[in-house]
Parts: sequence; structure tokens; C-alpha cells
Amino acid sequence: MKYQLGKTLKEEFPIFIHHRDLVFLDNAASCQKPKVVLEAMDKLYRTSYANVHRGVYSISEAATNMYEESRVMVAKFINAKTEAEVIFTRNATEALNVAAFSVAELLQPGDEVLLTQLEHHASLVPWQMAAKKHQLKLNFIPVNSEGRLELENIDKIITPRTKVLAITAMSNVTGTVTELDVLIPKAKAAGAIVIIDAAQAVQHLPLDVQALGCDLLAFSGHKIFGPSGVGVLWGKLDLLQKLEPFEYGGNMISEVSYATASFAEPPAKFEAGTPPIAEVIGLGAAIKFVQEIGSEAILEYENDLTAYGLEQLKKVPGLRLIGPADQHLRGPVFAFVMEGVHPHDIASILDGGHCAMPLHKRFGIPATTRASFTIYNSEEDVGALVAGLNKARQLLVM
Amino acid sequence: MDLYQQNILDYYRHPRCNQKITEANYSAEVSNPLCGDRIEIYLQTSGDKIKQAVWQGEGCVLSLAAADMLAEYLQNKSLTAIDTIDKDWIIKTLGVNPSPSRLKCALLPLEALKKSLANN
Repeated sequence: MKYQLGKTLKEEFPIFIHHRDLVFLDNAASCQKPKVVLEAMDKLYRTSYANVHRGVYSISEAATNMYEESRVMVAKFINAKTEAEVIFTRNATEALNVAAFSVAELLQPGDEVLLTQLEHHASLVPWQMAAKKHQLKLNFIPVNSEGRLELENIDKIITPRTKVLAITAMSNVTGTVTELDVLIPKAKAAGAIVIIDAAQAVQHLPLDVQALGCDLLAFSGHKIFGPSGVGVLWGKLDLLQKLEPFEYGGNMISEVSYATASFAEPPAKFEAGTPPIAEVIGLGAAIKFVQEIGSEAILEYENDLTAYGLEQLKKVPGLRLIGPADQHLRGPVFAFVMEGVHPHDIASILDGGHCAMPLHKRFGIPATTRASFTIYNSEEDVGALVAGLNKARQLLVM
Repeated sequence: MDLYQQNILDYYRHPRCNQKITEANYSAEVSNPLCGDRIEIYLQTSGDKIKQAVWQGEGCVLSLAAADMLAEYLQNKSLTAIDTIDKDWIIKTLGVNPSPSRLKCALLPLEALKKSLANN
């Protein structure tokens, strides 16, 4: 293997050279960038920068080639049938907004949209708004006290009235890996369009859109070691052809008169205006980096790290972990509360923190602290977390 | 800077004015639903004079210590003294300068105090 995971991998990330002591545990929010990503973006700006898809001059063609190479790499990475199914957006949130508002245009008043109680705001709120606009009914797959989906009554919840299933592949708070292998076939059998929020999962789990059998899938670049400012919406080509564009402008039209316009084929149909050129190219470099490590190697390494994290965190007195106890049902994301210590104080003492709302209310807790690990973290970082938590306890629990 | 200075921890661990009074003339509650902090302030006055200032609530060390320091300062002050209390007063009294995100916690009790006057 070209890269070794854990502490050694930090050498590939300039930020850890700059801050030798940095223990970065907010990878579920955004993760650090390897030098190959920085170099790819820098090289574009220094040697070949121009707008894409318009020039016949050589540097525009070079930039366009690099931009389109990233699309091919994303397509291969998620096993899309063709790169025409890969749309570049601003982030996962924009991708999920495009999916919700464009799919909602195909629905009728009274149609049901099924979500889960684990959804991130970016998967939930666009559907709340679309439901208002189109008189749709939102249903939710409930979550149990362990942070897992409650599937006992799933055959009563997924019915022919279910026109959309919008579901996260991995929770941003509990790290819960959802049962897509069970839910997607049921939703498809009921005739629903399936939208996957893979924002958290993309960093941790192998994603194969054809094996999953979903219709649309969204993720962001910055959570897979790429730059912020770029995300991906993948969709089945025939569905993308049916959907209305979300934004209008340059690049996405085929013919325009003063009275009317016709639209380009996907993916251009959904990429109005100048795209985040350098960011797309940086994302391509990030995906190459991840592919060189290999999704299976990542999964194996993180499974072990998750198990170790669970074991060590369980030993901290007064700590209540939220989410599944089995490391195979979750990613290396640990949300927790500590008896007698406010999450803000834990975060300040650990110098980093996180707040998220609806899910926490489900668990009857106003706020939690979250520590999220990735491929450059190691057992040593778990140790630093545990030491910080014990320090917080000593300071604040009387 | 370390926010967890001895004086702040002392007010957090041993609050002087953490109680409820029924005969308050001024009271208000503010909360930050995002992190679950909630502070109630109660003032009992006689004319312009604050006879008793107390608070109740839950939150982090900064919000609770700031609430207690604020209430302690207000005992026997005039209501007009409240006008002179601002962000800088809170920072000076705490003796630490929190980051912008944590400053919100420290200012929650002051927000409750100003709201209690507006409520009246």
C-alpha cells in the first residue's frame, strides 16, 4: 500500500506539519487536506487556469480536461454507469436541495415522503419546505434509544403511497450506519425514488450506487479530504433527464432566444454558471488519494479504531455515549454527554466542539459533544481525548 | 487562554445568588436552545434600589459564573447602575476574554437582566 493509515498518514497533510501537536477530532464536520489536493489546485492556478467549457484556446481546454477528468474519477469511485450522471454542486447541502426541489416537482398533493429521525438538517429541511409547497406528507422512520432505526413496522411505513425515501447512509451525530440494504429494495418495490445523503458516509464507507440501487446520492468534497466549495449529486441518467433544472444560466442551455430556452443534457443541465473549477480538480485529487488507500482498507482500519474508541470511552466515569454499541453498526463518530459537565465546557477544555438540534431532543438531551475520527487519527488520539475528558471531570465535577 | 480560572470555577462551584424569589418586581428568562443554556434573573427592588438579585438556570461554567457574578454585583445597587453594565464589564469581571462563540454564553445572563427591565 502506498499509504499507511494512522499517525504516519499525518505526514501527507501539511496542517499536521504546521501544528505538530494537533489532534483533530472534528472530521465529521470537515476534514484536513492532503498535499496532493493542495498541489493539484495550485498547479491549475499556476499553469492552466481559465474558464471551462467555452474556450477553444489551449489553457481553457487544459482546464476543461482536468475538470472533466474529475467527473470521470467520481463516476468510477461511486460506480456510476456513466460520468454524465455526476453533477458538481457547491456542497452536499446544495445537492440535497436540488434533489428535493426537483423531485418534488414530479409529485402530487398528498404523496408521502419518508425520512428518518436521523436526518441532518440538509436532508430534512428542504423536504419540509417542498412539502409545504406541494402539499406532501412527511413520515419518519423512528430511532430507538441506541440511535438505530426502528424497523419492526417498516412494512407498514413503506407503502405504495411512499413516493420518496430520503435517508442518510450514516448519521452525523451517532455515527449510525443505516440499513440501506434492507430499505432501498423495499422503497424501490413500492415505486419510490430513493435519495441518499452520503455526506458522512463518503469518508468512511465504500459507496456503489449501482449495488445500492438508489436513484440520487449526494456528498460534499470537503468531507472526503477535498476542498470546501464543491459537492456531488449523482443521479440515474433517465431520472436526471426527467427532472427540471434547479438553476438557470450559462452552460446549462442548449438554445436560447429572447422568448425561450431549451436545456442541455445532464450533467450540464444542472451546472448553471461558472463552476468551482479548482475545487472540482482538488476533489479529483482527493478521490485519487482515497482510492490509492482503498475503501476496504479504510473500513477495516476505522472499524478497529471505533472499537478501541468505544472501549476506552466506556471507561471514562460519568460518560454516556450516544449511538450503537457495536462498532460494525457505526462509524468512528462519538457523541456523548458527561454527567455534571456542560458540552461547552468539555469542548472548550478539549478546544473544539459541536452542536446539533433535532436528534438530541429525540434523546432528551439538549446538546452533546462530538468527537469524530478518520484515517489519520490513531489510538494515540483516542488517548488524548480520554485524557481531556478526565481533565474536564477533575475540573468541574465536584 | 485558559477560561477555567480559579475565580470563575469558584463562582461556578459555590454560587452566592443561585435561588428563586417569589417577590420579584423584575424577572426574565433567556435561553439558547442550540446548547440548552437557560438563565432566569429575578430582581426585588424598593424604589430605585435593588434589594436582592438572584438567578436560576442551567448552562456551562461561563454562563453560570457570569450570572452569579452579575447578581452579586447588583445587590444594593440602583436600577440605573444596570445601564453601565455591558459586554466589556462582563469580560473584565470574569477576568478572561472568551472566544466569540463562548462569549455568547457569558453574555446570556446580561441579556436576561436587560430583558427583565424591558419586561416590566
